Amino acid sequence: MTLHHLLLGRLDLHALPFWTMIEHPTHETIVNGTITTAAAGLEVLAAIVVIALVTRAGKWRYLWSEWLTSVDHKRIGIMYIALSFVMMSRALIEAALMRTQQAFGLGGGFLSPEHFGELFSTHGTIMIFFMAMPFLTGVINFAMPLQIGTRDVSFPVMNSVSLGLTTAGAMMIVISLALGKFSTGGWSGYPPFTEAAFNAGVGPDYWIWAVTLSSLGTMMSGINFAVTIYKRRAPGMTFMRMPLFTWTALCTAILMIFAMPPLTVATAMLALDRYLDFHFFTNGSGGNMMNYANLFWLFGHPEVYILILPAFGVYSEIFSTFSGKLLYGYTSLVLATMAIAVISFAVWLHHFFTMGQNASVNAAFGIATMLVGIPTGVKIYDWILTMFRGRVRFTVPIVYGLGFMMLFVLGGLSGILLANPTLDYQVHNTLFLVAHFHNMLIPGLLFGMLAAYHYWFPKAFGFRLDERWGMISAVSWIVGFMLAFFPLYVIGAMGFPRRTVAYFDPVYRPWMLIALAGAAVVLVALASLFVQLFVSIRRREALAVPAGDPWDGSNLEWAIAAPAPEYNFSVIPDVSDRNPFMIAKQKGDAYQTPAEFQDITMPKNSPLGMALAVAGGALAFGLVWHIWWLVALSCLGVLVAIVGQGFARDCEKVIPAAEVRRQHEAWLRTVAASRAVPRDLEGEPANTGLAARDRFSQAAE
Amino acid sequence: MSRAKDVRHPGLRLGEGHPDVAADAEEMNFGFWVFLMSDAIVFALLFATYARMVSSVAGGLGPEALFDLKSITIETAALLASSFTFGMASLALKYARSPRPLVKWLCVTLLLAAVFLGFELHDFAHMIAMGAGPSRSGFASAFFALVPLHGLHVLAGCVWAIALMAQIAIHGIDKEVKLGVQRLGLFWHFLDIVWVVIFTVVYLGGLA
Repeated sequence: MTLHHLLLGRLDLHALPFWTMIEHPTHETIVNGTITTAAAGLEVLAAIVVIALVTRAGKWRYLWSEWLTSVDHKRIGIMYIALSFVMMSRALIEAALMRTQQAFGLGGGFLSPEHFGELFSTHGTIMIFFMAMPFLTGVINFAMPLQIGTRDVSFPVMNSVSLGLTTAGAMMIVISLALGKFSTGGWSGYPPFTEAAFNAGVGPDYWIWAVTLSSLGTMMSGINFAVTIYKRRAPGMTFMRMPLFTWTALCTAILMIFAMPPLTVATAMLALDRYLDFHFFTNGSGGNMMNYANLFWLFGHPEVYILILPAFGVYSEIFSTFSGKLLYGYTSLVLATMAIAVISFAVWLHHFFTMGQNASVNAAFGIATMLVGIPTGVKIYDWILTMFRGRVRFTVPIVYGLGFMMLFVLGGLSGILLANPTLDYQVHNTLFLVAHFHNMLIPGLLFGMLAAYHYWFPKAFGFRLDERWGMISAVSWIVGFMLAFFPLYVIGAMGFPRRTVAYFDPVYRPWMLIALAGAAVVLVALASLFVQLFVSIRRREALAVPAGDPWDGSNLEWAIAAPAPEYNFSVIPDVSDRNPFMIAKQKGDAYQTPAEFQDITMPKNSPLGMALAVAGGALAFGLVWHIWWLVALSCLGVLVAIVGQGFARDCEKVIPAAEVRRQHEAWLRTVAASRAVPRDLEGEPANTGLAARDRFSQAAE
Repeated sequence: MSRAKDVRHPGLRLGEGHPDVAADAEEMNFGFWVFLMSDAIVFALLFATYARMVSSVAGGLGPEALFDLKSITIETAALLASSFTFGMASLALKYARSPRPLVKWLCVTLLLAAVFLGFELHDFAHMIAMGAGPSRSGFASAFFALVPLHGLHVLAGCVWAIALMAQIAIHGIDKEVKLGVQRLGLFWHFLDIVWVVIFTVVYLGGLA
């Protein structure tokens, strides 16, 4: 053991992205090395720019005390979504690079197979664990406590720890671009390919620890959300009075609690195989990779519904709000959500129909899979009937919603095809499958989350997002998605295997070029989102909605100021029915001064989340590079942080009643000074967040 | 506040003598139950893996050659007894006026846990000495993932108990300590149940 090994483990100059092309300059290493180096350089540059900007603005203290150590569920939610946007940008650029490679991949292309493998592995891992999961966790974090009328989640500090661990996991993937290589084993990391015998490098280790950190964070989020919904609903809010988004949040939380452990177990066993020479999934010595396939998809399939259910909740909110009608079929939507959550645990085997079960087993899981279509169909009809005879306003969320409804049904149809094992044998492992799951996740999950971003943004920051750029982005997403993925159905049905870097039959090429055009349009959609944010911040005075109800909403989150105060509600509301705020507006009971104000106790900031993010990240980094002193040190750090937390006392602060009254009355003065706007003017500067009651307003009963 | 006055959660409730915990006990204990459900899934998956791999000995020694029932009986007795002594600690928390009985019972529990862990380590060393370490076969891997994970949980429980006693020394038996002891109690009894399953499935099943 040399000093170098002792200090840096297996980290050396070869980890740098440009080292191979210096040592072995060939056409291939230079092209691939240049691309990776440029990407890594961009990442480092971005980090330096951010640090410089924060330093120049003198905002470190602000960042630390108002955001990083904050345990406010709204701020944690916003940070989750910010993380999601950052990671989405990287993974989308990777997607565009892969489309470019395949468009020119006839007979070779420009990327090496290993580089292509890293790209689809990081793309998939990021999109699932560090784009989709943070996005939906952020939205639930932000909106759910407001909807049920509480001041925070049940375990605010643990919430911050969840965010910390997720961020640390994301950082592993960020670092892997600059130091070493990421896994080439895809987002599902199947052994034995990812075992040490075939992949001794750091790639699979980066994947293992990134995913493990994220799954631990998600499991804690699940506990937090479920307990919050069970124990913290405002008085009178029975289960069947909860807003539908909260229902989907509850089902998602339950799925997180039960579905994340299989992933943790699978990645931990793979780690034991790789680090300590266990034989869970190795080829010899009694290992059995089928155990991995079962464990992984025991997580992986419920995960699909963890991703989609919150989006279903968002669609339920926006179809109702922007149609000016109450949600049609509330009870059936609740039952459908629950049914999907339960069935989701009985279908995992359809991910490996071709891996050796007998026909009866396949048939059972095929039928279970098709059953999911029934509750989902119920939902689609409920949403259609919600819009039926409503006065639908073509705002950005509705455009996402309509795009979702049409495209998602198509994706569902291709899913029913795949659910049939005999058909699955024909198209499994082809681009047909890739087209199918992107068809579910982009119009399903992503459009839902972007609609949620647009819908609740005013509640978070006090001003609306620019409609014009929002519309450009929404239309680009829809068109770009169709151009990028419909061709893949065709190519897949023609037999093109997924994860293939190059091909030799020119028949694929025209379709690949169309898909490339689609990828370009999707990049425009992403860029438009950032332009929209920039433009909206510039125009924040004209877009301000301080009265708090820009969309004529019906649930409790719209009954308070925008941005929402730290303690959410001056007085915890009493709920007597569904759509409490709509009823209050109708009766003229909204915007009242409570009879008395009380002191409000809120949790103080806590550095535990940041401490565990740093220690957890350092632990993962040490494990990846075999830097054992760092592993020991960060284990100690984790232990000290957790045990130390137990000794913390005096973790709450009090906001005096007089201060609450002052803020509440200031808000009521704003409301009194606002002009109530009819829905025609919803997108105009006249909309300051006070909704007029007219014959088109939602009727609460 | 119009929230329910009576504290409702499964397990031993501290009752009227402890008004300080009333506001938080329900949420904290319920949350911990939910965590235990998640942890139970982890163990369930490891049991399933073990059941699947118990015959994958790859030419090495199997359960009947490796397990020593005498040592396992001592471990089981120590751990089951520790569950009883933890129950005494919980009762001491609920009824005793001074911290002494609580600390005393926690110490007895720790002692029994140490006996358990000591004999368990001895078992593992014995297996490794017989050439059945975790890298020997699929069976050995499954065993060494399941049983030591339970042992690690017991160790974590011990660290938690020591930390709670240190908190008692600094802060006395305040609200946080009470909530901590309640949750550690749930954890401890949960580990006992897991051990009963390990004893039945792994050891008795292996020797049968």
